[in-house]
Amino acid sequence: MARRNHFDRKAGGLIERDHNHDGIDRRGFLKCMAWAGTGALCVIEGGVLKSYALGAEMNSGMKSHQSKGLSFVQISDSHMGFNKPANPDVVATLEAAVAKIKALPHPPEFVLHTGDITHLAKPQEFDMVDQILTKLNTEVFFVPGEHDILNDDGATFRERYAKKAKGQGWYSFDKNGVHFVGLVNVMNLKAGGLGSLGHEQIEWLEDDLHHLKSSTPIVVFAHIPLWTVYPEWGWGTDDSAQALSYLERFGSVTVLNGHIHQTMQKVEGHVTFHTACSTAFPQPAPGKADSPGPMKVPDDQLRKVLGITSVDFLQGRHALAITDSSLG
Amino acid sequence: MKRFYVAGLVLAIPITVALVMLLAPTRAKSDERRSQSTEIRVDNFTFAPATLTVSQNRTVTWVNKDDIPHVIASNDGLFKSQALDTDDKFSFTFTKPGTYAYYCSIHPKMQGKVVVQ
Repeated sequence: MARRNHFDRKAGGLIERDHNHDGIDRRGFLKCMAWAGTGALCVIEGGVLKSYALGAEMNSGMKSHQSKGLSFVQISDSHMGFNKPANPDVVATLEAAVAKIKALPHPPEFVLHTGDITHLAKPQEFDMVDQILTKLNTEVFFVPGEHDILNDDGATFRERYAKKAKGQGWYSFDKNGVHFVGLVNVMNLKAGGLGSLGHEQIEWLEDDLHHLKSSTPIVVFAHIPLWTVYPEWGWGTDDSAQALSYLERFGSVTVLNGHIHQTMQKVEGHVTFHTACSTAFPQPAPGKADSPGPMKVPDDQLRKVLGITSVDFLQGRHALAITDSSLG
Repeated sequence: MKRFYVAGLVLAIPITVALVMLLAPTRAKSDERRSQSTEIRVDNFTFAPATLTVSQNRTVTWVNKDDIPHVIASNDGLFKSQALDTDDKFSFTFTKPGTYAYYCSIHPKMQGKVVVQ
């Protein structure tokens, strides 16, 4: 399979660095931040990313196919317990995310939470998130963020959300012919390094994928991006290349991450990498601040930079449609 | 009695002065040591100072000034803090000379050193 960066030039304004003037962003950044505010639909078909405004999507004829496929929603970085100026009320914004999901035209079959469920991994913080997400009346799958494993190496997380998982909390499941893999890349981090999957988990992944046909659509979800977004801030995973090598033979791979509190997307071969917004607070664009800490925006702008991500799999089309929508 | 008392005073004053002169440098040195900063500020995802030099048996205290928790961990496993929320502190006493590298175990790009002399 040719490994290449692909995207639609019509997407416009998404290339941060195009040194070769060939429409390919060498550093792999597609800044989708603006999309979250305006609402846009990214469709990936055969490795090509196309972007539509939400209004255009309504007329594109895609709606009629959605009911035959699989719809799910990704939420991320709810940071329950956070109470600093960047968002003094993370309960309200998580509740707004739940309301947004419940108002979707096609109810999701399940929800993925890509970590940093809590801010300090306190039992009462987990309890509050569970209480709010119960209102979804749907199954929620979790992977841990570094905030969820703070003082007990993830024991509380696994006890609550990953009892049947392997190792430090990784697992896979199948829905409507799509294979989902939840990975843990926030444990045993080495000084000076990035996120880490570890040898044991990568071996398990190889084994888990081994029996699948290459035509099986794959969705991988983990907290820290599995592609190198900005290593200076630790936004990447040291040993993701080996894990991704086991995914190369598949025709449709979607990698969903959180951690960076903003939407970004990159398409490489048949693999689409996408990061979701937080439901709690935004973080600065790579290198645009002294540190990746919480970013304070004017109060009336906050919900415009928080959001959810809906994903629709269109059966028989090998296409996954990823839609980011803001909370306000 | 009175003569002894006066003589005592005459003797006591220079002795006191001498004692003060003897002790003063020691006290000054002690003050200097006490004022030597052994605090490391964790701010903007960095440790300041990035390298802190202290004498043996000093206690070093990290204080988190970020809105995000951090975990202080030595590279060789000698010490590791609980999660430090905003304004939380963690202290460790270094009893042996050497260079101690540490990092934040959840943001491993954050690294620092304590040099113990």
